[in-house]
Amino acid sequence: MTDFLSIYFPEFFYVLCGLVCFDTAFRARKNAQAKTGTILFWTLTGLIFMLGKVLPPVMVGAMLVIMGCLTAAKQVRMGKFTESTQESRQAASERIGTRIFVPAVTVGVIALALSFVKYNVEKDGVITATALNGAIMTGVACVVALVLAFIICKPKVSETREDTSRLLMQVGAACLLPQLLGALGSVFSEAGVGEVISGMISSVVPKGNTVIGVVIYVLGMVVFTMIMGNAFAAFTVITAGIGVPFVIMQGGNPAIIGALGMTAGYCGTLMTPMAANFNIVPCAVLETKDSKWAVIRAQLPMALTMIVVHIILMLVLGF
Amino acid sequence: MEYIKLIGILIIVLGFALKLDVLATVLVAGIVTGLVSGLDFVHILEIIGSSFVNNRLMSIFLIMFPVIAIIERYGMKERAAYLIGKIKNASAGKVLSIWIVIRSIASALNIRIGGHVQFIRPLILPMTSAAAEKSKGSALTEKEEEKVKGLSAATENYGNFFAQNCFPASASVVLIQSGLALAGYEVSLSDIASSAIYVMVISIVLTILQVLLFDRKVKGGKKK
Repeated sequence: MTDFLSIYFPEFFYVLCGLVCFDTAFRARKNAQAKTGTILFWTLTGLIFMLGKVLPPVMVGAMLVIMGCLTAAKQVRMGKFTESTQESRQAASERIGTRIFVPAVTVGVIALALSFVKYNVEKDGVITATALNGAIMTGVACVVALVLAFIICKPKVSETREDTSRLLMQVGAACLLPQLLGALGSVFSEAGVGEVISGMISSVVPKGNTVIGVVIYVLGMVVFTMIMGNAFAAFTVITAGIGVPFVIMQGGNPAIIGALGMTAGYCGTLMTPMAANFNIVPCAVLETKDSKWAVIRAQLPMALTMIVVHIILMLVLGF
Repeated sequence: MEYIKLIGILIIVLGFALKLDVLATVLVAGIVTGLVSGLDFVHILEIIGSSFVNNRLMSIFLIMFPVIAIIERYGMKERAAYLIGKIKNASAGKVLSIWIVIRSIASALNIRIGGHVQFIRPLILPMTSAAAEKSKGSALTEKEEEKVKGLSAATENYGNFFAQNCFPASASVVLIQSGLALAGYEVSLSDIASSAIYVMVISIVLTILQVLLFDRKVKGGKKK
């Protein structure tokens, strides 16, 4: 049972994601431009989702390289779609009324309820309560919401497939970027990029001055997070390399310095296109004109202010 | 020549700055970094492939697309605009202020309410842009529309990031603890979580300030 919940059941939802990609690949046969490339791209994406756990990693890597070549050669394009008219949406909205919110709210309510579900995992004779896999929470919630949406709106299946393919093609290759940047992070850590950077910083910073130490630690977290796109990866490297010798060993409170160090990294997350899932995918999802920087631009004033806030808080609360 | 390992960062910065294809840029950066660091090509593909598959959870939102497809075609945005239109004195800043408070508290309690695909596109953005139009009294310009989208996406990130560490068992708090333990400092999870409250409160105040400033700009825009 625990194997089912932690290993097999999540795969079911990745298979569904794969089906969404296959349907888009199927729709791409109507593309006027770059038909073959677009079909191939979404088919490969679907395969990775579906068979990710079965395929040998080196093959997935090779498939990704092919996909990268396709997008670089501009062989992945959006097809032409006829969107619903304002009048038809207005009419539908008057007919269905506030019930239209039910599916969207359901997603939240079910995901919330499932986040309280725990099941026991036995490992080496020790039983621990484990939360459900994130894929199960989101997956179950979305499937139930989809059923409700069909009951409430009674849409034509062909229409829904068209609209789904349009959404996916609009988001396009950006939807794979978070995963790929995660993979880049793995290569970086295997290659030892973090050690090189923290060595560089600690060789130029004088020890013993708390203000300089705090400023360098906060900025180090910000910059390194911006490079890696991930504050978690930055935290381990920068805290060991800078936070501990330059701040905590100078008399800082470890709990406070650690907590603030992590959120200082998040200020960097707000400013970097490397954190694609937070900053670039939303541009695609919300269809902003500027497909890379619209979200980051809105976040910039907040991020810069919060960096200053972090330096002050660390000096005031940490010592 | 340790510094040659940083070439991947240079490739990323150049690729993003020159607006080259992002997928290819990231792949090239990964492969080149691996090669100059002495990893062989097959091993690099293996690292990329297995990490990509392990991160599939990041893209699980694809599964929500059919739901969004239906509710948008059947008048979700129109309904949100209608409901907001009935509220007196509605404005984008007020909608987003309420959202950031809810989102932050949810995040601090580890309640999964949020997500750009799950919440911002179907619910928050339609309400915010309807409210902005209502407070302006006319349709938004393209620039204002873009700003509304940017701010709606941003508040989701603020609430998510700056409040999550208030929950003692969250992944980031556990990571902070283990990072400090590696360096020889034993700290309890609740000590770390309670230190995170300041940042959450300040971030909520600053967010409300930012969105209310946007309100003033929108209202000022109609006088011209």
